[in-house]
Amino acid sequence: MSFSLSSLIPLLPEILLAAMACLVLVVDAFLSDERRAWSWFLSQASLVVALIVLWRVAGEGSLLAFDGQFVLDRLAGLLKAGVLVLALVAFSYSRPWLQERGVFRGEYFVLGLFAVLGMMILISAGSLLVLYLGLELMSLSLYAMVAFMRNDGRASEAAMKYFVLGAIASGMLLYGMSILYGVTGSLDLMEINRILLRAGQVDTAVLFAMAFIIAAIAFKLGAVPFHMWIPDVYQGSPTAVTLFIGSAPKLAAFAMVVRLLVEGLDTAQHQWRDMLMVLVVLSLLVGNLAAIAQTNIKRMLGYSTVSHIGFLLLGFVAGTGAGLAASLFYTLIYAIMALAAFGLIMALSRKGFESEELADFRGLNDRSPWLAGLMLLVMFSMAGVPLTAGFYAKLVVIEAIVEVDLVWLAVFAVVMSVIGAFYYLRVVKLMYFDKPIDEPVPARPVDVEVLLGGNALLVLLLGLMPGLLMTLCRQAVL
Amino acid sequence: MFADWPLLSLVIWTPIVGGVLVLLAGDRAPDGARRLALVVSLLTFLLSVPLWTEFDASTWRMQFEEFVPWVTTYNINYHLGVDGLSMPLILLTTFVTVLVVIAGWEVIQYRVAQYMAAFLIMEGIMVGVFAALDAMLFYIFFEAMLIPMYLVIGVWGGPRRVYASIKFFLYTFLGSVFMLVSLIWMYGQSGSFEILDLHKLPLGMTAQVLIFLSFLAAFAVKVPMWPVHTWLPDAHVEAPTGGSVILAAIMLKIGGYGFLRFSLPVTPDASAELTWLIVLMSLVAVVYIGFVALVQSDMKKLIAYSSIAHMGFVTLAFFIPFYILRNTGDTAGSTLAVQGGMVQMISHGFVSAALFLCVGVLYDRLHSREISTYGGVVNVMPVFAAFFVLFAMANTGLPGTSGFVGEFMVILASIKANFWIAFLAATTLIIGAAYTLWLVKRVVFGEVRSEKVAALDDLNGREFLILGLLALMVLAIGLWPAPLIHVMEVSIDHLIEHAMVSKL
Repeated sequence: MSFSLSSLIPLLPEILLAAMACLVLVVDAFLSDERRAWSWFLSQASLVVALIVLWRVAGEGSLLAFDGQFVLDRLAGLLKAGVLVLALVAFSYSRPWLQERGVFRGEYFVLGLFAVLGMMILISAGSLLVLYLGLELMSLSLYAMVAFMRNDGRASEAAMKYFVLGAIASGMLLYGMSILYGVTGSLDLMEINRILLRAGQVDTAVLFAMAFIIAAIAFKLGAVPFHMWIPDVYQGSPTAVTLFIGSAPKLAAFAMVVRLLVEGLDTAQHQWRDMLMVLVVLSLLVGNLAAIAQTNIKRMLGYSTVSHIGFLLLGFVAGTGAGLAASLFYTLIYAIMALAAFGLIMALSRKGFESEELADFRGLNDRSPWLAGLMLLVMFSMAGVPLTAGFYAKLVVIEAIVEVDLVWLAVFAVVMSVIGAFYYLRVVKLMYFDKPIDEPVPARPVDVEVLLGGNALLVLLLGLMPGLLMTLCRQAVL
Repeated sequence: MFADWPLLSLVIWTPIVGGVLVLLAGDRAPDGARRLALVVSLLTFLLSVPLWTEFDASTWRMQFEEFVPWVTTYNINYHLGVDGLSMPLILLTTFVTVLVVIAGWEVIQYRVAQYMAAFLIMEGIMVGVFAALDAMLFYIFFEAMLIPMYLVIGVWGGPRRVYASIKFFLYTFLGSVFMLVSLIWMYGQSGSFEILDLHKLPLGMTAQVLIFLSFLAAFAVKVPMWPVHTWLPDAHVEAPTGGSVILAAIMLKIGGYGFLRFSLPVTPDASAELTWLIVLMSLVAVVYIGFVALVQSDMKKLIAYSSIAHMGFVTLAFFIPFYILRNTGDTAGSTLAVQGGMVQMISHGFVSAALFLCVGVLYDRLHSREISTYGGVVNVMPVFAAFFVLFAMANTGLPGTSGFVGEFMVILASIKANFWIAFLAATTLIIGAAYTLWLVKRVVFGEVRSEKVAALDDLNGREFLILGLLALMVLAIGLWPAPLIHVMEVSIDHLIEHAMVSKL
């Protein structure tokens, strides 16, 4: 087997990002605190350059490297671009927040870059090994990010929980993978699929492996009953980290489901659809009901994530191409909404006042009509009210399951979305109907102002013109 | 000259864009916001006038159509058009919004720009509901309407506004999501969200019944029909006057319109099969809710219950044709009933708006909605009293006012279906008269109740203008309803014809 440098072309964005992350690490060590902004700038630059390189490298069809262990298809291209942009925006939102709290350190960005690298590898995984590699690179970086404010007890606790539960999930995944390897004798996902297809019927051992794999997937996504870490980590992490965890990794988790279940275990589709259905019903139920009882907005958004994961998985339950496109669309929209929501929380907080409690949003319309308006948009979008992107996200996944005659599940999902609307409405109520608290809204740097406005208005724009993104999603999975 | 204009789009987007401009103008210059809002609402009304003047009443086909592919992946189109059913309701919307803007002129002092913007944006969305010919577009407008109304009730409402606004939102949201699932299911069957395609879609009986029930969930909550009416009194009582006016005059009509646009033509067999249910719910609304109105001590609540009773009349009118046809085979009677229901909707739009504005006039002066606060108002506010009595008479259905026309037509038609249905429906004339006239007696007539009442000022020019305009409309429709019936006639004939053909 011959090796030429040109076969590495599909990996260029990853290689570049890995090199840049190391560079930032080294450069940061030599910077004085006043010049710390260079680390930030370099990180942002590497994300932009990676994005451009990705743009040039990704073509129409799918590119393979390392004998198909690394896949750069349309889906990977779209998801990686999404991850890079989300990370870029998240880094911008975080800068003033970190500076003000005196934790503007290179670790945040270096760890962030490594996490992004992990996500990109995970997204492009063509074999079980590469998938695991990407997943662990992402997860380990995220654990460290949660703990990076060392003196914060709550953050350390969250990191500990996240790490222990995450490690168990990784263990389960490895266990499932090893059984799968034992049955098929291959690590390559395409090859596994071919072998299982040839076998005709689904082996009990394969089902056994699949149960473990689905448990791991459910953990990484945060689907009930593997959701326990989500509220704690969302609440306990510094908001800058919650912002990061809440957006881009969802795209990677989506890819993980596609690679493992849709591409690897297509023969057992019937079985994993049923398993996912259980996760969906539980996630919608628990996520929405538990969110009602929260008083901390980060924790509330954590539970709301659980319910959004339920919606997202609906497309997989449908099992059709349209369903897959719908799930992808939902994931992208959700990541955009989550980014805006946490960005707004950060914009309202300053040192000594984190604006984390729901009560901190009282009378925001009187304090800053602009930010209140943006938050209003994001909340209604999360609730799935029309004219916002969230409506179309829910529409497409529900369309997908109605198409496969799961009308009861569709009805259940929409009823749950009505219950969910309650706690989003409560945020709007606090901002608009209640008397303001005496807490000025801090000034924002220009880049944050522009990005935040653009991010929230994008939710409205995608609600009015969802066509282009829908087409992209369709093309990516079909 | 208007043939080439995208009139419907203009009527939808002028107020929405205008509303955003008002919002951007901000609360720093409240006077500017008020004037801009007035200009925008007047402009919108003027733009909607050609819909009436250029309307061709001789065809049931959609007019002023606009068609732009929107979300091609799901075949959702920006498809607008009006027929005789929707066109009068659009004019009602644009007309009432102008009045609401004027009515809020001095009364609203808190966040004026946001208040005006909410009503303008709501106007555009409501026109969109009436003009949409794509079911998904309809649904989007139908739901989006909740956002501004939620804010209007919650920000400018009374003491229990939080409870009322969230109840309003969740109630209506829950009703409409079932319709969403139905629409999506029908899209799966037909590959189209076009309402006119759904009219032609053949459906089995089970499917029809389920779809009918899902539509019922959406529209019955909106109308609102007994027993899902409980959000309305709360919303009305807590909403500011403008909010109550829009709720009663237009939002309730959207429920009635939905029955005509969706339930009857899409699921004709289920509608025929389940007519008993609707008739039962409507008669309960007419009789029972009428009695409930009688015992209210809060003026707004009384009018809110009276709205439910009147809308019960409307739903009765829309479904009684199935009985008329079964019993007599008389299509003319069926048409008469639906026409009566439509006239009743338009008339109720004016009358309820006027009554809520009248209560608003009193509330602005004494900040009380309790009937017992007032008494002998006629002695100090003669002009107001004259208007109030006129609108009260219209509410009871006195001949010569718009309220009479619709009720008379519906009762006349109902007799052909069943004497007892007509009899129970006709009790509205007695119960309605009882609660309305008793209200008038207690508020307007009698001795001057207190010093506060004695110090009341009569209507100012602004209030006189809005009540005068509404009085004109009420009398015009009451004395000469022919033009209104004329524009609707052909569309209603067609609707009845269509709904009488089985899809099975």
